[in-house]
Amino acid sequence: MSDTAAGLLQVGLLVLLLAAAYRPFGGYMARVYSSEKDNRVEKVTYKLLGVDSKADQTWAVYARSVLAFSAVGVILLYLLQRFQAQLPLSLGLPNVEQGSAFNTAASFVSNTNWQGYVPEVTMGHLVQFAGLAVQNFVSAAVGIVVAIALIRGFSRSKTDRLGNFWVDLIRTVLRVLLPIAVVGTLVLVAMGVVQNFSGMHEVTTVAGQTQNIPGGPVASQEIIKELGTNGGGFYNANSAHPFENPNPLSDIFEIFLLLVIPVCLTRTFGVMVKDKKQGYAILGAMGTIWALFTFSATFFENQGAGTAARAAGAAMEGKETRFGEWASALFATSTTGTSTGAVNSMHDSYTALGGGTALFHMMLGEVTPGGTGSGLYGMLVLAVLAVFVAGLMVGRTPEYLRKKITAREMKLVSLYILTTPAIVLIGTAIAMGLETARASILNTGGPHGFSEVLYAFTSAGNNNGSAFAGISANTLFYNTALGLAMLLGRFVPMMLVLALAGSFAKQQPVPVTQGTLPTHKALFVTMLVGVVLIVTGLTYFPAITLGPLAEGL
Amino acid sequence: MTTLTKPPASKAAPAKKAPSGLFDPKMLLTSLPDALKKLDPRVMMKNPVMFVVEVGAVVSTVLAFTDSSVFVWLIVIWLWLTTIFANLAEAVAEGRGKAQADTLRRAKTETTARRLKADGIEEEVAATALQLGDRVVVEAGQIIPGDGDVVEGVASVDESAITGESAPVIRESGGDRSAVTGGTKVLSDRIVVQITTKPGESFIDRMIALVEGASRQKTPNEIALNILLASLTIVFLLATVTLPPFANYAGSEISTVILVALLVCLIPTTIGALLSAIGIAGMDRLVQRNVLAMSGRAVEAAGDVNTLLLDKTGTITLGNRQASEFIPLGDVSETELADAAQLSSLADETPEGRSIVVLAKTQYGLRERHTGELPHATFVEFTAQTRMSGVDVDGLQIRKGAAGAVSAWIQSHGGTVEADLGNVVDGISASGGTPLVVASSKDGAVRALGVIHLKDVVKEGMRERFDQMRAMGIRTVMITGDNPLTAQAIAEEAGVDDFLAEATPEDKMALIKKEQEGGRLVAMTGDGTNDAPALAQADVGVAMNSGTSAAKEAGNMVDLDSNPTKLIEIVEIGKQLLITRGSLTTFSIANDVAKYFAILPALFAATYPGLDKLNIMRLESAESAILSAVIFNALVIVALVPLALRGVRYKPSSASAMLRRNLLIYGVGGLVSPFIGIKLIDLLISVIPGIG
Repeated sequence: MSDTAAGLLQVGLLVLLLAAAYRPFGGYMARVYSSEKDNRVEKVTYKLLGVDSKADQTWAVYARSVLAFSAVGVILLYLLQRFQAQLPLSLGLPNVEQGSAFNTAASFVSNTNWQGYVPEVTMGHLVQFAGLAVQNFVSAAVGIVVAIALIRGFSRSKTDRLGNFWVDLIRTVLRVLLPIAVVGTLVLVAMGVVQNFSGMHEVTTVAGQTQNIPGGPVASQEIIKELGTNGGGFYNANSAHPFENPNPLSDIFEIFLLLVIPVCLTRTFGVMVKDKKQGYAILGAMGTIWALFTFSATFFENQGAGTAARAAGAAMEGKETRFGEWASALFATSTTGTSTGAVNSMHDSYTALGGGTALFHMMLGEVTPGGTGSGLYGMLVLAVLAVFVAGLMVGRTPEYLRKKITAREMKLVSLYILTTPAIVLIGTAIAMGLETARASILNTGGPHGFSEVLYAFTSAGNNNGSAFAGISANTLFYNTALGLAMLLGRFVPMMLVLALAGSFAKQQPVPVTQGTLPTHKALFVTMLVGVVLIVTGLTYFPAITLGPLAEGL
Repeated sequence: MTTLTKPPASKAAPAKKAPSGLFDPKMLLTSLPDALKKLDPRVMMKNPVMFVVEVGAVVSTVLAFTDSSVFVWLIVIWLWLTTIFANLAEAVAEGRGKAQADTLRRAKTETTARRLKADGIEEEVAATALQLGDRVVVEAGQIIPGDGDVVEGVASVDESAITGESAPVIRESGGDRSAVTGGTKVLSDRIVVQITTKPGESFIDRMIALVEGASRQKTPNEIALNILLASLTIVFLLATVTLPPFANYAGSEISTVILVALLVCLIPTTIGALLSAIGIAGMDRLVQRNVLAMSGRAVEAAGDVNTLLLDKTGTITLGNRQASEFIPLGDVSETELADAAQLSSLADETPEGRSIVVLAKTQYGLRERHTGELPHATFVEFTAQTRMSGVDVDGLQIRKGAAGAVSAWIQSHGGTVEADLGNVVDGISASGGTPLVVASSKDGAVRALGVIHLKDVVKEGMRERFDQMRAMGIRTVMITGDNPLTAQAIAEEAGVDDFLAEATPEDKMALIKKEQEGGRLVAMTGDGTNDAPALAQADVGVAMNSGTSAAKEAGNMVDLDSNPTKLIEIVEIGKQLLITRGSLTTFSIANDVAKYFAILPALFAATYPGLDKLNIMRLESAESAILSAVIFNALVIVALVPLALRGVRYKPSSASAMLRRNLLIYGVGGLVSPFIGIKLIDLLISVIPGIG
């Protein structure tokens, strides 16, 4: 079978899997968040936590709950790492240095899973499953519940209540993430992913040297790494490592896992706002951009600019031969479009334009289809922006899903679209201005070195977590700066989204008439795609020019 | 309700108004001094986008002295021109209002008032000294000294000073035509006016302030859009200020002047420059149509209206019922009936009576006879007691009137009323019309000749207008005092979506509240004092200038022509205002793509030669590329001033169709046009030494 045929088959299989899951899973999630009933496990959990499951929260209380829960998460994860050696199951690894511990805590709580360290020689089993794995679940859940709160802002009216954070959170973990994780782990194990509690294995490599490879609960980590759009690998090589991702089938399954929640949440959204076409429209915009980037990345990689790559027939440096160009590009696009950051190939080794595609994809703000929850709320915020401009063009003060977009909503939307570019650009500018920060760049002088730093801050600010290697990020500067970028890039937008939800929920819905801008048709989807590409894309154009474009043209 | 007798004023705007929608390039010159005055940073601060441009221009000017070159100075000049062009747009929009204000000021000449003291004695005081509640006497030839209500007498008043309409109007005490406006002139008779506004707050004062834009406040949507523009400005500011460290790493230096040029090109200057002009022009378009909006908010709300409440009489139908058909009974021919009906109506000067004569003439060719032609005729006037009118001529008696009264007359003269008559009369009533029975008595033979069908006549073109409204998603509701049967018949004929029959002011209020509870925005017109609460409750309340001052206070717009149909135009103007804003915003943002392709290769192609591939316009040199982008950016403001003032063309259609059209013109057009424009400018300026 030719590479192209195999590639197209893989893409086809992926789309088929997602299409099959769309309605049942999206509808299931809508029921989870609309149901009045708590199951027995939940009731016990609420009693233990002292949560009144019937209490409905205002946006401010909801937001405070998000922040409090996440702050506790950061502190616990930090302490776990700092006292690793004193705690059991450390595999004999020392305490983690404080800069790295902060960075990692921020990284996993913000659903970024940027890893400035080499996992298999830094984190013992306890940190892995009691710290990182827990955050893999709950940080994904926090993203989802914020999206649900925004959906409720649209679907509810004349109320200041958005639901209960704790109930939403616990339901997400118990009813959505855990069941899939259990089943998915078994599937991954069946596909050949490792799952044990063994320690280091000393193996002799082909070159005759010895290497230590730990075993561990890899499959159970792997499943939530993808499902929760986390991306933090058990091994440094991430999904390129054969223990994490042994074959093309597991590869497609992992891509499916990282896309399934963000994609199906658009259905949940459609069901909850009682207009399923709105969900299709949002998915349409996400899918269009995703397809565009998948095509570009595949094209650039197959074309393989550069003499070495031409000789080899394609740019295979940093890619696994068991996946090839197509599956690598597909994974790269999906991981950068979902804030996952898991990789099955090294983005740093991509052709300049291929790597640039991955970089630019993240810059769009992780909305195609984005992280769990964060992709949906990010795209909805951009939809509000698109509606604002498009709505004016049909001669009405703009409204989306029957809610008016007034000055207050615009203020929140404006701050939202301002936050990430500010973090990314200012962060990168500081790094490029500091001698110590520049010293971390391994490819000095050229545009590639700049791309690496830009990629790091883009990845952190957008909570992606993937990296252009070639930059020693485990330094005090990068650990601190990127840690802050991840926290700000996660929680500032979340607060704005919740405020927006509160603002919409209070409104009286306006009736839909012939004069209402239809937001479920192809025309609006086109407009939304344009807004995503132009408004968020244009911001970074000068930076992109000096990085991937300078290198690739 | 007054009768509508003339076509909507928009079609024949009075000549003395400021030049309507058309844009005169001369205005750019005359407004230049005002534009320069607006360079004051305290004024510029109100417009964040253009303020950034001004700051950039100042910084560049300072730097140009230390790092002087033709290129730098040209950039500096064009940066200042960008700022001035933006101010010019606003100044031109305001200038058109000023012309209008001057006309109004002339009406506001010093007048003296004849104030009535408590004891009934007159005293002369200056008009400006009048207080609330003062009573003044105005006689023929005198100017009414202030706004108020007529409390005594009736007079014809020339209101052309404010309406531009030269035909005098009647103002009388009591009722819905009691309001008079200061500055208008009494042509006949004597009235006593009770002053209802304080000096300086009169209707004319408010008009002047409105058309001059002095009291202009940003509307809610304008604020929302400004927030978006400000945040885009910040985003691009970030993209620009972070560029030097990035460039330094690549070993290239960017001068501050070029950075400023890049920034000015990227921030949404086009819409930023034109935004306030669009708002002022929108208000101005209303003024052109003789509508005064008390706030921009009301104009914006007009674009959003979901439900229009329209009074039947005067808005949907012509003022009065008219004869539409003669229905003969028994062996009477139509012509006989028409002849009798005409005879009986010759002396009937009511509009209904006239319409019978007209119908007889147009349908049966019966020449109108004059009362003088019939020397023996005795005309019987209509009285409330007899409820009939008629004529006695040469032994022939004809009577015309309500069915009951005429039937009684037939019976009292020894005739019998046939069952047929009852059927026809009931049929007409059921269809919403009014039946008038015609009977005759000659040589002892008394009988009913037939029935005249009177009905409301729907104005021409109303159905099409309501269809357009429906396509725009606006529901029309007809309000009438008629019974439900009549109302329904007219509603169906006119093509309104719904009607409210036997409507009292309370019903109207309840309907508005019900609509608003469903999230709908309601617009209505009204003129009576009892309309005032509903006018205040409605989101867009248009008071007729002929109405009471209570109504004018309560509404947020006043129609000087007192033409209720104009509500539809007001809605269209509101929509047009929003469409113009949206379209130019889209255009402005779409422009950025081309500017990047001009400036970025110019900045970095020297360092990274590969980037020259981005120079897809093949611009001559780095300097010419940057300068072309800056010049295009400035010129596009001037080029779009006429569009901002006139408004984007608006044709009532569905939202989808409108979005498709505007997205194509302003979105795609905004993407493509700068590529062409910048290239052309580049071709021109590359001949300048030091640039090409």
